[in-house]
Amino acid sequence: MRQRSAPGAAGFSTKRLRLGEAVIEKSIMLVSFVSLAVIALICIFVFREAAGVFAPRAVAGVAAPAQEMETYGDDPADTPLESATPLNRGSESQAHDGAASLLGLEWQPVSQQPRYGILPLLIGSFKVALIAMLIGGPLGVLAALFTTTFAAGWVRETVKPVIEILAGFPSVVIGFFALIVLASIMQNLFGYQYRLNALVGGVALSLAVIPTIFTLTEDALQSVPRSYVEASLALGAQKWETAILVVLPAATPGIFAAVLLGLGRAIGETMIVLMATGNAALLSMNPIEPVRTMSATIGAEMAEVVFGDFHYSALFFIGVVLFAVSFAINVIAETFVRGLLMRRFRGASA
Amino acid sequence: MIGRKRIMGMLVPCFTGACTAVIVLSVCAMVGIILANGLPGLTWEFLTTAPTEGMTNGGIFPAIFGTVILVLLMTVVGVPVGVITAVYLSEYVAQDSVLVRVIRFSVNTLAGIPSIVFGLFGLGFFVQFVGVGMDKLLTGGVSVRWGQPNVLWASLTMAILTLPVVIVSVEEAIRTVPRELREASLALGATRWETILKVVLPNSITGILTGAILAISRGAGEVAPILFTGAAYFLPHLPGSLTDQFMHLGYHVYIMSTQSPDVDATKGIQYSTTLVLLMLTFTLNFSAVILRSHLRRSLVRT
Repeated sequence: MRQRSAPGAAGFSTKRLRLGEAVIEKSIMLVSFVSLAVIALICIFVFREAAGVFAPRAVAGVAAPAQEMETYGDDPADTPLESATPLNRGSESQAHDGAASLLGLEWQPVSQQPRYGILPLLIGSFKVALIAMLIGGPLGVLAALFTTTFAAGWVRETVKPVIEILAGFPSVVIGFFALIVLASIMQNLFGYQYRLNALVGGVALSLAVIPTIFTLTEDALQSVPRSYVEASLALGAQKWETAILVVLPAATPGIFAAVLLGLGRAIGETMIVLMATGNAALLSMNPIEPVRTMSATIGAEMAEVVFGDFHYSALFFIGVVLFAVSFAINVIAETFVRGLLMRRFRGASA
Repeated sequence: MIGRKRIMGMLVPCFTGACTAVIVLSVCAMVGIILANGLPGLTWEFLTTAPTEGMTNGGIFPAIFGTVILVLLMTVVGVPVGVITAVYLSEYVAQDSVLVRVIRFSVNTLAGIPSIVFGLFGLGFFVQFVGVGMDKLLTGGVSVRWGQPNVLWASLTMAILTLPVVIVSVEEAIRTVPRELREASLALGATRWETILKVVLPNSITGILTGAILAISRGAGEVAPILFTGAAYFLPHLPGSLTDQFMHLGYHVYIMSTQSPDVDATKGIQYSTTLVLLMLTFTLNFSAVILRSHLRRSLVRT
């Protein structure tokens, strides 16, 4: 009797318990989908506000929306469909000619004849990021190589906290330093005309990407199996030969991912370039001329635009381009680390 | 040949060491210059009074206050979501399931999105969609109350930006809780949820704290997402409700050094504000590092 009733009673309470557990588990699952939902919402809302550039404009409403929509979210610079449409169509009228105007070579949003060509901004972003990577990439990678292979224990224990401090620097502080101090020093040193330019921005930006590159490179170097190093040393190779010819090549995918993620940070960084690059949308490859990047354009102009204006949509469109670029860089870096590095070392340790 | 090898044996460590030195020295120079120029102006009055004379004099109290309000709201929203996500990822689903991979991928993606895009998202979603929608719902769109940049929308934007930081840090802590503890709890008849609540979470409290601190540090220093979701150039009074705009330390530095009518006259204030911001983030990061090393040591012990 007792034996029978006991499982029955327990069954009742466990059922209630199970229900409660199930509810909790489901709610936890729902909450953990927030990050996924946010990505979806970013896609929807940033893209939605950007879609204004594809809508036909009031007067010169000749642009065919269906045709224009096909370039949605794409990098406009290399879309043949769009570049085929004449750039100056309807420029006499007050209205803009839709998405085609984004391909222009001039960014002059506040003038009698506003122009919204994002090409100078795109080139500006890549120019500053390239300078930052040319300085920060080698510095970060080589410093990581030094700390993992050559440095004495106390040196390592000093360098690492310093890098962590640098990583914790708010970008506005680096921007402020570049604007007030670095720009003057560099102008005195090189004697060029413009105090704020792409070079100053790039040097400052390299300070922001070095922690990313350093930390990830260090991880990659440390994940190289110890047996590689020991085998190399046992064969009579010197320490530097082991470091340059064995450890560095073995960690290449990880280092590549580190540099890529650094590049992503460099392109997306806003405050440093906003403060230190001079913010003139010139179409030029000269590093000592002022430059305006995509992120800085959004940061500087968004507060002043009229909601729903073409300018407003164009700024959101730049946001879409930034999003797409950083997303692509992230995916490539992820697959590189996971695909190449993991496979290589799993094979080695087996 | 031997000679060349010996030279390389000297050259490689020297050159890579020089690269390291360049980085370390730049950080030292940056901190030193900001310290030397900012310290003289850093008085008690500077920290506790409002700007006066068109921001050319006085202190930065409203900016400190605004920053604190921002990170408080951000933490209240962001940290629970981050903790729950981390619990789900590490306690509920198999590590190689599609679901985990999808969520992990979105967390990684979220971490890589430029902060200015979060600002755009805050403007497009919170201000223009949720805010304007609430105005329409509450007042029929007559008055604009929620549909404009304010401290709530800025905090929510910042909470989303710092979500990956919290998730990664809490997950790391949860992983250090020994399996035996969970198994003992389950064997004693506790349910999964009871085990999480009474065993897993209390044992990963340092990780949760680390995540919160790192998120706060990021939230205090990040300026780009709040440029157009709520930060204000100057406010005569402190923000009193969620629909008010606010002043922010980082934004203050930016605005004072680029937009102020006489940049040179306020250089002292700029340096001191930068120093306050730097000290704030440094203290936060430093305590996070200490907590984390404490956590790693406890991992080694078990």
